[in-house]
Amino acid sequence: MTWRQRVGKAIPYVLLIISIIPVTVGYLWLLISPFSTKTEGLRSLGWTLSNWSFLWKPPFGLNYPSIWRVTLNTFMVATSMAVFVVLVSSLAGYPLSRLKFAGRKSFLSLTLIVHAFPSVTLLIPIYFVLRFLHLFNTMVGVALVMVAFELPFGVWLMKGFFDNVSWDMERAALIDGASRFRVWWQIIIPTIKPGLAALAIFAFLSGWNAYLIPFTFTIGRAGKTAVLSVYLQNFQGDTVMTNWNMVTAVGLFQLIPVMFFFIFTQEYLLNIYAGGAKGGA
Amino acid sequence: MHNAQFSIPNCALRVGGDMKVTLERLTKHFGKVVAAGDIDLDIGDGEFVALLGPSGCGKTTTLLMIAGIYKPTSGFIKFDGRVVNHLPPKDRNIGMVFQSYALYPHMTVFDNLTFPLKLKKTPKEEMAQRAQRVADMMGIGHLMDRKPAQLSGGQQQRVALGRALVKEPNMLLFDEPLSNLDARLRLSMRGEIKRLQMDLGITSIYVTHDQVEAMTMADRIAVMNEGRLQACATPDDLYDRPETLFVAGFIGNPPMNFIDVEVVRENGDYHARREAFDLVVPAERGEKAAGKGSVILGIRPEDITIADEGITGEIYIVEPLGRDDLITVHIGEAGVHVLADPTLGLRMGQTVRLDFNMHKVQFFDPQTEKSLLWTD
Repeated sequence: MTWRQRVGKAIPYVLLIISIIPVTVGYLWLLISPFSTKTEGLRSLGWTLSNWSFLWKPPFGLNYPSIWRVTLNTFMVATSMAVFVVLVSSLAGYPLSRLKFAGRKSFLSLTLIVHAFPSVTLLIPIYFVLRFLHLFNTMVGVALVMVAFELPFGVWLMKGFFDNVSWDMERAALIDGASRFRVWWQIIIPTIKPGLAALAIFAFLSGWNAYLIPFTFTIGRAGKTAVLSVYLQNFQGDTVMTNWNMVTAVGLFQLIPVMFFFIFTQEYLLNIYAGGAKGGA
Repeated sequence: MHNAQFSIPNCALRVGGDMKVTLERLTKHFGKVVAAGDIDLDIGDGEFVALLGPSGCGKTTTLLMIAGIYKPTSGFIKFDGRVVNHLPPKDRNIGMVFQSYALYPHMTVFDNLTFPLKLKKTPKEEMAQRAQRVADMMGIGHLMDRKPAQLSGGQQQRVALGRALVKEPNMLLFDEPLSNLDARLRLSMRGEIKRLQMDLGITSIYVTHDQVEAMTMADRIAVMNEGRLQACATPDDLYDRPETLFVAGFIGNPPMNFIDVEVVRENGDYHARREAFDLVVPAERGEKAAGKGSVILGIRPEDITIADEGITGEIYIVEPLGRDDLITVHIGEAGVHVLADPTLGLRMGQTVRLDFNMHKVQFFDPQTEKSLLWTD
């Protein structure tokens, strides 16, 4: 290898390393800070576990929900996201991909427009809708809105996966004596399992990390309906200094399950970016 | 494995039965496109009919209408005289084999084979017996626990065929079942499917764009083009007595030569003439083409031989095919393909003489593209 070739090969690496440095520094700080009494940059000025006391002792008094209650809330929102987004999307995506009916194309374009619509602009109307339905400040209300916002994406993604299933297989099943529903349930759904898994994981993660919608449609950080991202706000008081070390501890606590989840499921998650091209894999 | 033969023990399957299929003015539109138009076809009990035509000619559309997947726009499909237009696929008792095999990838071979039986609520024991019987017949009995992805193309096609047969259908439909197999396997499967069909005596409709498959396997071939049925006849009839220009050009490889000529009667003989070209045509063929102005003369490459006498032409190119050389000869402005013996050592640019076997020539009307010999 000549000198020029070596430099040519090194350039992409150098560029990549430079661009990931800020991200890496952030994560390193997130790993160091929760276990430190104080930090100077990435340097810990003393190690401690006291930042993790929120796990057994509510840091803001007994009127505030415990971290475990909040975690359970978050888990419930994320799980309902995964379950309902997958259920509705796979039921809606199949007819949109396979059947011909009046309004199919306009429905698809409408879904795309809704997906592109900035959800922030809908917050106030949705507030009134939730009040009307008596779902304001409930987990059901939050989950409902989150699922609804995720559906356009899910429906389109599922339609893409269904589009990639061969017609012949479906025809063969119809000739073999299956009903349309059985074809969907026993033949098509099993072949697009990777797609379903990908969407479920994606929906779970966006439910776990959600902030804006839970924050808007619950009475806030002190309520029984708080989720982790909202709970974090409790640490930023107006009157006391923010204990950043404890904030990072809660942040890390929120991140850990997701990290493990992602490590085990990233292969499936990548299917989303492959657009379902390997739906049968 | 690829050389395994289907073995058909006596009374292995109760397939077949009397099943005649009649298509009457069968038409399918997709929007403004006529995928299949006014198709009339009678298929006898136990007959093997091939639907042959180029891509997009409507043959698969026709097959899917017979299967019940597509609803006809107009016309009728009759099974044994009974109109079945609105009968769903599952009630037609047909087996179908697809080009892509269409096996269920998440099921084992056994589950694939028993899927149609499960839907019919067949008792478990009988189901297992029938699946085993069909699998043995197809030579895949030892692969029952495998998933389709673990099988070769040929094995997958056997599973697909087995799945079509296991429910003991009245009729088999094939949609280009051999197109995804390699050439050698295609050849052996061709023979096996033909043999199986004859032994079972099951009415079969076979869609293909491969004329060799159609010629070798079918009792009759229905040639389609642009959504229309062009002709339906035995392979020999199609080859020797093509009714349309399309059929003449489509059947046979290398394809038939077409030359514009005028047929005139002189001194009691019929002559086919054009620039640098004058041949005597036998009376029974010549009289039908004479006096019609410009007509199209068709002759197959194997019916022209390099001889010491005859029409003079210049060799444009020599393409060795192994057993024969395919020679393109220019006669004036016309070019014809000739199959010649490679030992003749013909070269480009050489002048040769061609002997036309005029007992085999065809004549077509250039306007209607119909045969002047075999249609009225």
